[in-house]
Amino acid sequence: MSVVELRGVVAVLGRFPALAGLDLTVAVGETVLVQGPNGAGKSTLLRLCAGLVVPTRGEARVLGFDLVVERHAVRRRVGLLGHATGLYDDLTVAENVIFWARAAGLGLAAEARANWALGRLGLDGPLADHAVRTVSAGQRRRASLAALAVRRPDLWLLDEPHAGLDQEGRDVVDDLIGEAVAAGATVIVSSHELDRVRRLSPRVVTLAGGTLVGDRLGVVRDA
Amino acid sequence: MREVLADLSLVAAKDLRIEFRSRVLANQVAPFALLVLVLFGVALDADQRTLRSFAPGLFWVAVLLCALLAVQRSVAVERADDAVVGLRLSGMSPSALFLGKATAVLVQLLVLEVLLTGGIIVLYRSSVEDVALLVLTGLTAGVAVAAAGTLYGAMAAGLGVRETLLPILLLPVLAPVLIGATRAFDDALGAAAVDGWAWLVLLAGLAVVLTLVGALAYRVLVED
Repeated sequence: MSVVELRGVVAVLGRFPALAGLDLTVAVGETVLVQGPNGAGKSTLLRLCAGLVVPTRGEARVLGFDLVVERHAVRRRVGLLGHATGLYDDLTVAENVIFWARAAGLGLAAEARANWALGRLGLDGPLADHAVRTVSAGQRRRASLAALAVRRPDLWLLDEPHAGLDQEGRDVVDDLIGEAVAAGATVIVSSHELDRVRRLSPRVVTLAGGTLVGDRLGVVRDA
Repeated sequence: MREVLADLSLVAAKDLRIEFRSRVLANQVAPFALLVLVLFGVALDADQRTLRSFAPGLFWVAVLLCALLAVQRSVAVERADDAVVGLRLSGMSPSALFLGKATAVLVQLLVLEVLLTGGIIVLYRSSVEDVALLVLTGLTAGVAVAAAGTLYGAMAAGLGVRETLLPILLLPVLAPVLIGATRAFDDALGAAAVDGWAWLVLLAGLAVVLTLVGALAYRVLVED
């Protein structure tokens, strides 16, 4: 079964097509690396898969839902890590993660799930009680990942997930992605750090000018 | 319904906690509100009797000016680090989101109204002659202002010119609220012989309409 099915998708942002006839299929449980130069359409692809960008032309289905008429259903099932962290500066790290857990409808389980995510990202202890505005950029990035992980989405959309992280943080992100895939999730990663992400993903998709120019398998997983 | 109430309280509590921590209301908006009252008094260069008769209108102009600040802050909190994207992906009902954000703005407006009421009593020597009418008018007009402000704040943010466009969009919509609340306060403060309760009914109608329109329209503004 395919989690992402795009056929001839065109997405126009402003006056210019960010995606210009893109074809892409991603299967359940797959990890896909998306690469390409700046302006290739990588971030737009992730936002499209999250239901935040509406395709102008073509057929687009994510998790079985049509992205034109059912994108609200898609949004509840995906997790997007974008360039911004999506955190509230005046709340603590823990308060942010708990808020996003509750916003995802976890109810009474929210706090326990948030504590798990904070621990998994190395944000437990005193750091959890620090206001987000006072923590480092790398710690913000980790908190943002915790807010995503807490939802346990079916489809993880990660835009430069290693950006701003130290070596330990990068390893934690890789482990988290591995655990998500092991649990049955699908992951699409946009990254310029090819060597690192290739260890996670045997499939590398290359975009240029909003179209697919490369889609290959066979990179050694444990390189 | 239970889900909507849970989401509403989650969003309102989050916004109020942020305001409490940032102290924008206490350190910036509240002093601004009092400053407006003082400046009106200085600018009018009037005696106490004139100030008392103008007090209801000056009170509500001050509330509207402060509401602009509160609404801009409410929008900025979501836009600062793109938290609004997370809200769109959260699955929360847009109506609950609207009601939660409007509730947080309302609570801030009510705090400011209490402060301003003290201000007009001390500075303008106003006296409260109908406490029930005063309280209900403050609450009802506050709901209308918070609902319209939250709706138009999201609209202005969507157009990408939020700071400058918001007053131009919002203040004309709030003109009927300003008129109704001023007339009701005229009665409550004994500043003019009008039927304040009739104006309160008009305000209640406006509050209901603005809240319903906001709850329905917010989906379009936030989600698409």
